[in-house]
Amino acid sequence: MEFFIVSMLNGISYGLLLFMLSSGLTLIFSMMGVLNFAHASFYMLGAYFAYQISAQVGFWPGLVLAPLAVGFIGMLVERYGLRTVHKYGHVAELLFTFGLAYLIEEVVHLIWGRSSVEYRIPAELDGTLFTVFSTGFPIYRGFMMLIALGMLASIYLTLTRTRIGLIIQAALTHPETVEALGHNVPRVFMLVFGGGCALAGLAGVIGGNAFITEPGMAAAVGPIVFVIVVVGGMGSLSGAFIASLLIGVLQTFSVAFDYSFVDLFAKMGVAIGPDAPLAALWKLTISQTAPVLPFLIMVLMLIFRPKGILGTREG
Amino acid sequence: MKYSPLDLGRWIVWGVTALLMIVLPLIFTEGFALTILSQIGVGIIFALSYNMLLGQGGMLSFGHAVYSGLGAYFAIHALNLIGKGQFWFPVTLLPLVGGVAGLVFGILFGYVTTKKSGTTFAMISLGIGEMVFACSLMFPGFFGGEGGITTNRVVGKAFLGVTYGSALEVYYLIVAWAFACMVAMFAWTQTPLGRMANAVRDNPERAEFVGYDTQMVRYLTLVLSSFFAGIAGGLSCINYEIVSAENVGAVRSGGVLLATFIGGAGFFFGPILGTVIFFIMVIAVGALTKAWLFYLGLLFLVMVLYAPGGIASLVFMHLPVLKARLMGRLWRPYAAALATGLALLAGLVSVVEITYHYSLEAKTAPDMALFGFAFNVTDGMPWVISIGLLVAGFIASRFSWKLVGRAWADITHALQGGTS
Repeated sequence: MEFFIVSMLNGISYGLLLFMLSSGLTLIFSMMGVLNFAHASFYMLGAYFAYQISAQVGFWPGLVLAPLAVGFIGMLVERYGLRTVHKYGHVAELLFTFGLAYLIEEVVHLIWGRSSVEYRIPAELDGTLFTVFSTGFPIYRGFMMLIALGMLASIYLTLTRTRIGLIIQAALTHPETVEALGHNVPRVFMLVFGGGCALAGLAGVIGGNAFITEPGMAAAVGPIVFVIVVVGGMGSLSGAFIASLLIGVLQTFSVAFDYSFVDLFAKMGVAIGPDAPLAALWKLTISQTAPVLPFLIMVLMLIFRPKGILGTREG
Repeated sequence: MKYSPLDLGRWIVWGVTALLMIVLPLIFTEGFALTILSQIGVGIIFALSYNMLLGQGGMLSFGHAVYSGLGAYFAIHALNLIGKGQFWFPVTLLPLVGGVAGLVFGILFGYVTTKKSGTTFAMISLGIGEMVFACSLMFPGFFGGEGGITTNRVVGKAFLGVTYGSALEVYYLIVAWAFACMVAMFAWTQTPLGRMANAVRDNPERAEFVGYDTQMVRYLTLVLSSFFAGIAGGLSCINYEIVSAENVGAVRSGGVLLATFIGGAGFFFGPILGTVIFFIMVIAVGALTKAWLFYLGLLFLVMVLYAPGGIASLVFMHLPVLKARLMGRLWRPYAAALATGLALLAGLVSVVEITYHYSLEAKTAPDMALFGFAFNVTDGMPWVISIGLLVAGFIASRFSWKLVGRAWADITHALQGGTS
């Protein structure tokens, strides 16, 4: 029971972090049709910026300034990069962001070096929030969940309750009409792209010190975020939310189990020796398969429900 | 009867290509050059097979190394079995083992990936690639874990005295396969399936309306493409005598995308050009600076932004101008663009190199040399000069590009029959 509650809490906090990433990606995709390959790179930039700022003036200014800086870079990318390639279609946009991901990784190498940097959790958030039976739950995990939920609420309120949110929603489906009504749709796109990147940057600020800040962090989390967007349904924000939690919880639980098919069959009274056919497959423990599980879910989802959990179109 | 004139130009191009492949190792006789040429030969097959997807089929794949890598793994296991005497197969035809393995995995994974097209296809191919890469660490028996699997290609009886002991013999094996694959893949573009792949790329709704199953066309294209990728994998296994997890990894998949796109996905020979440029970048620039990946990424971005047809399209753009004898109008703007571009490049390179040196060795070895100048990176002056050069080069380049644009507008007008 203790194991279950602790793993569940860890899984949910990891899932919420994944959602901070996938929500920005989904927003950008559903509005502009652009699949931002460099999204995880903005996450990495957020972590590095926060590291740099927290080394100078502290964590709290970094929490605000780093996402703003990342969002600003995102807006520049949209204005001077994506808008130029837009006329060549979505695949060209994807190629552009793919090249951008290479470039950002190299810039990080260039400025901060190839090894990880020491970006730490601030002292006031270091400690135990509460204790489940005998395992302590860190304050920082709770803080991450709080930020993620706060962000979720503010996205929802911005999109449904504010004037700019309504314009964004309208521009989603009827860009020409919105433009004809006198709104600057390209600027709305720029803001959405910058906003999505800022969300990724915020995830980087709070994820970078919870995990590790290194040049490989973008490549490690990028494919998972793509899986979430496909599994949740392309362009569906609530689908991305469900898929994020699902994959976060699944990954957290699967690394903790050391059972394999050999154990399962042994419980049923069938012994599988090392010489049995496909022995390597039966011997795999669940924790060893953990890195593959998200991709396996994606493949299964594509076979049995190609539009994803809450997707509306089979694009 | 169909009227088919002898296409002389095509025969000359293929003949020259074959001749070049045979003659090149006689010109560049150093062992290092031969290694690079062999690498390029394998790379060309891989890039052309990739272009069956990207160029001909309009499918942007981020996981093409899966097919070449798995092909390489099956080839290397077959080669090891041949070495142990448990399996008989001529080493010359070993790439076929890789090809068939690629084909089988193409049938398997392609069924899932080709359900979608466009950006969704790209994401799914990335997911499949990551899945296979993660599997490579799960099954150390087959994938050889961190160290990979090694082999010895000199096995079995010598065929006509050829044992593949020397690098030159391996080079000619690679070149023979590369030429055969080039011909086969070019022939494929002329088949009905190749033409349908183009149609599905350009207008899927219409192709569907005419009665073709677009998913099936994509599927068949991917399966064939993975066959050729597998051949490239089999050849790389003979060439290097080692296959490791990075052969199926995302870096390899990204590399072939970069090479193909830089060369020009819209032209059959584009990927060949791109592969040559890619390997020159990797080997020559990689020997000079640690930031080579930065320059490669930047070149790719510039191509995506300003020349989405790749270098091949830039070459083809000038053919009608040459024919109309209008190149004279372009020389001056081009010279201006080249001069300002070089200034911009010099500024960029010095900023990048100084930053790199500063972040890596500012404390231990602050002295560095660049373009023949020696200086200390902790001083302000080198920074001021290089940033100044960068900014000045950028401003001047924008100006010279306007000149080029104006000259081109002029030429387009003249080519379309206007008088000016």
